[in-house]
Amino acid sequence: MGRKPRLAVFKFASCDGCQLSLLDLENELLAIGEALKIAYFLEASRRVLRGPYDIGLVEGSISTPHDLEYIKEVRQRCRKLVTIGACATAGGIQALRNWKGSAELIKYVYPTPEYLETLDKSTPISEHVSVDFELRGCPINKYQLLEVISAFLAGRAPNIPNHSVCVECKLNGNVCIMVAKGVPCLGPVTQAGCGALCPSYSRGCYGCYGPKESANTAFLSKHFIRLGMSKEETIRFFHQFNAWASEFRKVEKEVV
Amino acid sequence: MSEKTREYKVDYLARVEGEGALYIKVRGGEVVDVKFRIFEPPRLFEAILIGRMYHEIPDITARICGICPIAYQMSSVHAIEQIFGVSVGGPLRELRRLVYCGEWIESHFLHAFLLHLPDFLGYDDAIQMAKDHPEQVKTALRVKKIGNDIVALLGGREVHPINVRVGGFYKVPTKDRLYHLKNDLKQGKQLTIQLLEWVSKLDFPEFELDYEFVSLKHPREYPQNEGLIVSNRGLEISADEFEEYFIEEQVQHSNALHTYIKGRGSYMVGPLARINLNRDMLYDGVREMLQQVGFPQPCINPFMSIIARVAETLYAFEESLRIVDEYVEPERPAVEYEVKGGRGCACTEAPRGILYHRYDLSPDGKVVSAKIIPPTAQNQKRIEDDLRIMAPSIIKLPRQKAVWRFEQAVRNYDPCISCATHFLRFELDEE
Repeated sequence: MGRKPRLAVFKFASCDGCQLSLLDLENELLAIGEALKIAYFLEASRRVLRGPYDIGLVEGSISTPHDLEYIKEVRQRCRKLVTIGACATAGGIQALRNWKGSAELIKYVYPTPEYLETLDKSTPISEHVSVDFELRGCPINKYQLLEVISAFLAGRAPNIPNHSVCVECKLNGNVCIMVAKGVPCLGPVTQAGCGALCPSYSRGCYGCYGPKESANTAFLSKHFIRLGMSKEETIRFFHQFNAWASEFRKVEKEVV
Repeated sequence: MSEKTREYKVDYLARVEGEGALYIKVRGGEVVDVKFRIFEPPRLFEAILIGRMYHEIPDITARICGICPIAYQMSSVHAIEQIFGVSVGGPLRELRRLVYCGEWIESHFLHAFLLHLPDFLGYDDAIQMAKDHPEQVKTALRVKKIGNDIVALLGGREVHPINVRVGGFYKVPTKDRLYHLKNDLKQGKQLTIQLLEWVSKLDFPEFELDYEFVSLKHPREYPQNEGLIVSNRGLEISADEFEEYFIEEQVQHSNALHTYIKGRGSYMVGPLARINLNRDMLYDGVREMLQQVGFPQPCINPFMSIIARVAETLYAFEESLRIVDEYVEPERPAVEYEVKGGRGCACTEAPRGILYHRYDLSPDGKVVSAKIIPPTAQNQKRIEDDLRIMAPSIIKLPRQKAVWRFEQAVRNYDPCISCATHFLRFELDEE
């Protein structure tokens, strides 16, 4: 057998939850450590092995001048670059600043804003460098992460479905809460991956996996208004953890 | 001796949650500068919250931290319920306690065994440690998983659970479903006892200090969601008074605000503070175990916080078993409330210590202002003070060992830098 593939995990603006998913794979963690050389994963190890890395996992969004440069360096050091989670794939919850600009918000949080360096917008990694695969979710599904890593090790495409949460709901045998109870739900426009968690817990999906391919947000937002939501509430519903994803971002223009 | 200047630097601290750095400068044997720097990018949560609806707060603030999202959900729902004038009792209160126990277990074991223990045994990480101590690492992962399973059962998933809401939950488990946890909880308890014995025998660096410990205190239980904020130096206040007694200041080298007690200085929050101030509220079995393994009362060696974490995990298993046994499925998953405007403050015990939230809501339930002070922001000044006091003896060690010891001293606090940065808010100076 040749050398073990090297795995690196990088963090940008984020909550650490997606890289934590790797450590939350309690039953698989030691096997992962056998199959791969964990070469750079600061949350788990103080050992730092030099790149290049075979797989680089990137968590977090780009929101500072430093990170804007650093991501380019990270890209160069990784053969395959996989972004994990809503921050890395869509700018995350912190992208809500993108509408107001960070300067005004910083004043609100810090007494001496000059000490801080941040960009006006929080943006996904793919806006700055090429990305080999985007794994969605806030947080990601740890078993999907395992699938992505396994796929790259085997040199095949990851088997990550891109249908909507509705499909998962049907597979779970859930009664549609939007049809049966009139609960607003982003399931029809949100990519699967969570296992239709919210509808299974009697609440509407709030879109943590981001827009599915060719999502019909215009129709759904009209439906929300028919259900009694105001225009403002409808826009706010889409503007959560994947607010800056283009299909969700454009809702404010669609709702009239 | 000459005025030789030496610097000890760790540019990216490992085995902490988030991005931080350490800088210690020594001149002629004297420590002249100590900085625990937090450079995690600010995410400006308190500003993002403005204009959002009250019912979105638990989901949004959960995203501050992937390791302790339940803590954010608990502090926020309690603050909002204070505004609405409702209190959540009976089985719903118990379920909140249970899901918090799950988070304590997974977070404490993540830190104790995957992040902190490798320092004591001289490994870079737990995976390398597992080569020599496979049974212990597997056992710790098994216990951690049981904690995560509790959170996933009640919250839907381990990270950013979806089931917590103002008034209670979206859906509550049946008695039968909860009862399924029981065998795992019993197993977790037994395994934790073994590991408690093991970590108590570690070689602890000698260091003791007369700390001010701060935690919640409740008359009938080990504190989690309710109680007064107390200290071993006579502090006894409600969460409403928090900002009168605790001051935040911004320092240039950190993206997290420092907190200190007005007129006194730095203080410690977290498992060591909790256990020192609430040992009488632990189950007899946990107290006896602590006595058996020789855990001092009070314990003023921060390196021994790893024992406190494992002991609190044992408590969390006992408490979970009690809750599962006594659980009666409530009629409704949440209490009803009427949306009102006003101010609400709450403090709950996150795994790393007290987490303070304050919200002002408009009459229709929109956030007008928010303030969040996470435990790591509170411990930040304390961490720097520890490093300053320990430095003269640590710098006598060979350089590499010294750097490692400094790192270990930071990890005593299980710092969650992602948390600390994302809050740090403050209103502009009064003028």
